Amino acid sequence: MANESVTKTISVAVVLCIVCAIVVSSAAVVLRSAQEENKLLDLKANILASAGLLKSGLSIESQFEAISSRIVDLDTGQYITDLDPVNYDQRKASKDPKLSIALTPDQDIAKIKRRVKYATVYMSEVDGKIDKLILPISGYGLWSTLHGFIALESDFSSVAGIGFYEHAETPGLGGEIDNLKWKKSWVGKKAFVDDNLKLTVLKGRVNRDLPESIYQIDGLAGATLTTRGVDNLIKYWLGESGFGPFIESLKKRDALYVQN
Amino acid sequence: MSKTKDTLLDPLFNNNPIALQILGICSALAVTSSMKVSFVMCIALTTVAAFSNLFVSLIRNQIPSSIRIIVQMTIIASLVIVVDQILKAVAYDISKQLSVFVGLIITNCIIMGRAEAFAMKNPPLPSLLDGLGNGLGYSLILMVVAFFRELFGSGTIWGVVILPSTTNGGWYVANGMMLMPPSAFFIIGLLIWGLRSWKRSQIEKAEYKLSPNAKPSEVS
Repeated sequence: MANESVTKTISVAVVLCIVCAIVVSSAAVVLRSAQEENKLLDLKANILASAGLLKSGLSIESQFEAISSRIVDLDTGQYITDLDPVNYDQRKASKDPKLSIALTPDQDIAKIKRRVKYATVYMSEVDGKIDKLILPISGYGLWSTLHGFIALESDFSSVAGIGFYEHAETPGLGGEIDNLKWKKSWVGKKAFVDDNLKLTVLKGRVNRDLPESIYQIDGLAGATLTTRGVDNLIKYWLGESGFGPFIESLKKRDALYVQN
Repeated sequence: MSKTKDTLLDPLFNNNPIALQILGICSALAVTSSMKVSFVMCIALTTVAAFSNLFVSLIRNQIPSSIRIIVQMTIIASLVIVVDQILKAVAYDISKQLSVFVGLIITNCIIMGRAEAFAMKNPPLPSLLDGLGNGLGYSLILMVVAFFRELFGSGTIWGVVILPSTTNGGWYVANGMMLMPPSAFFIIGLLIWGLRSWKRSQIEKAEYKLSPNAKPSEVS
């Protein structure tokens, strides 16, 4: 059979496609469990790291046992129990019209287009009281949507840490949001003053002599737009349309706890 | 024997895919801001180059010429997906940094070029070596570019601090431009200059000659 005949051409194409399809799909199936494990482990490591709880040398799984996760209705600020935090995928939900709401341009300061109705929050507890509260945050930087976590101390105002686990900002400029020193500069800052959100990422450096420096973060040199993106997403997620109602309700619950 | 050696080693200096043929520049610009990431990219590309050449060569006598390009593409694309899946399973962190660039190996001209120019005409073993050699030639340039970009851009080599940068409390003011893709152009340009000064046969003949000043001389 000549190579150029129609039958030969079609049969080569069909056989090749079947062989390649089998190779590709078996690779995907065989490796899927390892990939998903990696993804989950990476997420857990990031959650721990953002709260400053990640210790090297110990397995991430065993460290993560101290962290519990719950689902919060962002509008009411209350926990809900009909979704299982283990199976609830917040990133997927943010694209699902049933599980998210569209934002108008003036609401959408973090440029995320849709916001989930329910968010997964993580916390480490000491004696039944929240010690560290870890909240997922996301927003647009210069080139990409930044995904990360911000952790608050038990007063729900002091920052315990921040970390971004996914972004595509310019390495060395916007990518410096991964810089350990910069991330450390967040620790101990105050997010709220009398329930008003004050935490700000400045353009340029913080003047440490001023009293308001306690809720100001250094901007990243050479990365004005990424810095602005981080500032916007903090304003959004810690604000009224983000975790504001939830933090409010936690504070009230704490006040009750103290009275009792 | 010496021919086998040539097939493998020629692409390093004499016929480098990046420096002489100016192929595969896209990924050379994109992934070279750190050595570790570049290294993984090099392994991925070399693997794909070697095996796509091998498989194309194995079935070269069966491929109808009317669909040969798409046959090569299918083989290359399948290999790239497999490599990408493996990376996600064993080196998750680095595969996250390489993001789309592993997928873009499919469109890397080096791979396609070698499949079409070499593997279609040569037996499997030399084709495998040719793919390997071209992958190594690509890797050589990538690692040199990444070395300079990482050293001057972040003050580190392979993630190890060599010049402590001011952002981490050291003295070295990092050269931000080295972290941007255009800097790779300059480094590759300098490398090509160096290579052609050393191996003068690589200098291309000018495609045209400037004519002498055409302004008519004044007639007195």
